[in-house]
Amino acid sequence: MALHRGRGFAAINYPIGMNLGGDPSQALIHANPDGKFTVALSAIDLGQGMKSVTRQIAAETLGVPVEDVYVDTADSDTGPHDMGSFASRGTHRMGNAVIMAAKEARAVMLEAAAEEMEVDAADLVTDGRGNIHVKGAPSRSITTMAASQAAQFKQGKTIAGRGIFLIPLSEVDPDTGEMTPVSTFAHAAMLVTVEVDDETGEITVLDMQSAYEVGRALNPRLVEQQLRGGAWMGMSHAGWETTEPYYPARDHGPVDFNTYLMPGPGDLAPHHISVLERPAADGPFGGKGPGEMCANPVLPAVVNAIYDAVGIRIDDLPVTPEKILRGLRAMGGAKPRQHL
Amino acid sequence: MKDTISPGRGGFEMRREFFADERDDNLNEVGKPTRRQDITGHVTGRSPFFDDHLFEGLLHIRCVRSPHHAARVRRIDTSEAEKMPGVVRILLGRDVPVNLNTLLALLDFGLDDEPLISTDRVRYKGEPVAAVIAETEAQARAAVQAVRVDYETLPHVLDVEDAVKPGAPVVLDIYPGNKFIYHGKYDHQKLRFGDVDAAFAQADHIVEGRYQLSPIEQAPMETCGAIAAPEQNGRFVCYTSTQALFFSLATASKMLAIPSSRLHFIGGTVGGGFGGKVDSIHEPLAILATMLTGRPCKYAWDREEEMQVGAPRGAERWYLKDGVMADGRIIARKFTGYFDSGAYTRLSSYAIIKGVGHLPGPYTIPNVYADVFCVYTNRTPATAMRGFGITGVDFAIETHMDKVAEKVGMNPIDLRILNAYRDGDMKAHRRLAKNCALIECAQVVAEKAGIKLSPAMLAASSLKDGGGSRADLPARTATDQTGRVDGFQSSSYARKGKAAPAPLPGAPRQPSAPAYQPTPRAAEPDRPSPPASPAPATPTRTGAARFSSLSGFRRR
Repeated sequence: MALHRGRGFAAINYPIGMNLGGDPSQALIHANPDGKFTVALSAIDLGQGMKSVTRQIAAETLGVPVEDVYVDTADSDTGPHDMGSFASRGTHRMGNAVIMAAKEARAVMLEAAAEEMEVDAADLVTDGRGNIHVKGAPSRSITTMAASQAAQFKQGKTIAGRGIFLIPLSEVDPDTGEMTPVSTFAHAAMLVTVEVDDETGEITVLDMQSAYEVGRALNPRLVEQQLRGGAWMGMSHAGWETTEPYYPARDHGPVDFNTYLMPGPGDLAPHHISVLERPAADGPFGGKGPGEMCANPVLPAVVNAIYDAVGIRIDDLPVTPEKILRGLRAMGGAKPRQHL
Repeated sequence: MKDTISPGRGGFEMRREFFADERDDNLNEVGKPTRRQDITGHVTGRSPFFDDHLFEGLLHIRCVRSPHHAARVRRIDTSEAEKMPGVVRILLGRDVPVNLNTLLALLDFGLDDEPLISTDRVRYKGEPVAAVIAETEAQARAAVQAVRVDYETLPHVLDVEDAVKPGAPVVLDIYPGNKFIYHGKYDHQKLRFGDVDAAFAQADHIVEGRYQLSPIEQAPMETCGAIAAPEQNGRFVCYTSTQALFFSLATASKMLAIPSSRLHFIGGTVGGGFGGKVDSIHEPLAILATMLTGRPCKYAWDREEEMQVGAPRGAERWYLKDGVMADGRIIARKFTGYFDSGAYTRLSSYAIIKGVGHLPGPYTIPNVYADVFCVYTNRTPATAMRGFGITGVDFAIETHMDKVAEKVGMNPIDLRILNAYRDGDMKAHRRLAKNCALIECAQVVAEKAGIKLSPAMLAASSLKDGGGSRADLPARTATDQTGRVDGFQSSSYARKGKAAPAPLPGAPRQPSAPAYQPTPRAAEPDRPSPPASPAPATPTRTGAARFSSLSGFRRR
């Protein structure tokens, strides 16, 4: 009886945004009396960071510090229409809508600043730290707050912006499958190391080495959060989770977290993540969407690693000790390959 | 430049040297590891979720659920349950104004197939047949036990390939072959690019495999739910865990036959979704109960319902066949895929189109063929989950790639890079690849793991060696008419060709005829004809056009 180590590799790409388009998102931005900004959306923050990433995008485009922007989302009386947070569409679609809204609001803010400073608005730039100044002359400046308040209380201007992003609905050829599914793809490659116990049939994922290409990491911490959690979920799909352990039979279905198995904290493998950024032409600041794709390479990488470790191909997920032991019995014991 | 942000847990680095000339890295806010706007509320327990909106006098809803995979419902007797303490009202299917919907109706795609509360048939274990509204959750649970339902069990089918065999029990009468109908034309989605059979004949090796993905629960910490309450001016507020606010709002508007302007949906902070909170089941029932009782009502799943009644990621079965040359080039790849949609469509048919557009994975293969079926079985309907339409087939493709590598005796990373798509290559869905980065990801992982690549694969790049003859469409594509169906019309979504002309404003409205016109079929002697039962609620559509969350005002 022994522990066998193996390594497995997988590489994937992932379509970003709703398949075939036709899924609008809208955003509204306005300045408040204190010269700061509210972004009104109907996007859903599932924990992925929707509110935070749209806040950064709005701040970047407006040219104000992120502290001066608050994202208020998901009240259908105040937030404009959005299709929802699914299909890796949140950042891509809503990010673009927020950029459009913020550009419109920024233009009014710069006009107001120009009027206060008696210069041409086209000569003004923002420094991202709360100041608007004449290009090349940082000393000739006004704060974004002062410009915004002057617009509202002196000049009678509304600093507001409207944004929408829509990739028009496209069609599918029934006979060939010709279609325009999405506009951009994210990428990933993953190598996992597993250990297989040929006595108990249990597997341990020892290590994960990955590279994810996400367009632009709009917030690297949120990206890391997604990739770490998502890879964990992929590992869980590969070796633990099922609602129907003997699919297609419906017996023995789990009804709580005692019977619906997932790896615990002690089962989590170190995950060495590298992020590559190849901006998407139509993504907000090039951003794609790391949230969905990060789990996908782990499933095949784990079964490929098991094959490398003991020579058993598991083509039927999840991998269970029962499947490993049956495989070993059928083969007359482990056949370590360790080719990778 | 390696810019390590958070060491520990294995590390995290930005590899900014790749594609550096395609980016401006000097931005003020974008690219910064800014703390989340909502994190303080989350870690101090102050962020409000839907279930934090507890109204005085809140009523609780629990459903009576089918214990059978398939059955005819002969009679539902609620008389005992109605007398139990705390019971305010018991809803049946006839109480739902428009008790038939398909989520993709909002996309004008597919036929209405699923009731909110079933009336005469149940098609999966756990399907609701009645909803008890009571003062407390415990009283609702007790009354659920007292509802007497007389079922006549029917034959059922649980396996996708059993379900598509002739003579299999029919899950949904509108899809007599247990297969979703694509574009009104075929019982599956086709992908045809080149000629796989001709290429298989030229290949040095054929590699075949069968792959099965299990159903998986989205397992959010917060189970799905909604709380509705009366607002002023004949409006209703609904606090919801939905992932898609206007999708759920539009679904409720349709099923309750109420203008969407009378609905006020509030959500946005959700305790995990992973795709399982798109189905919009809780909002219509909570609002309906509020409309009928005049009181705030909550409908939420407990953990058992979340796991066994809530739609999982559906099972998928894939058959792959590759034609491979001795040098590792894959010249043909054929897929046959079965998505287990369960008893109703929900979103599986959509995911298949997404999946087909994704084939053959991130590789340039000159001949690709796929037949992918959305199959109905007597199990919990499947729905979206992280990677929807892609995770299952990626498992199949990447496990298969390992077998191909072994067959030709190549390092599996070299094999991926050799076949990887590059900028300018023609993809099987007939659009050119751009913005590719698979090769670079594979190279980075090989470097990190100390795996020696061949010099050619080490020098490969997504930016070069693509396009040219690789941008060409196949000289010939083999097409066929297998799986052709009659009696269905395409709806406007995702169909190649001319869309039906939009009705002129003010033109007489078409009767609300379903797109499906059943072809008369011989009676099946082993299947009893349905007993006379109250006619199901006919979908009534008010106004000349109905607002769709997705496509705006639309047809019918």
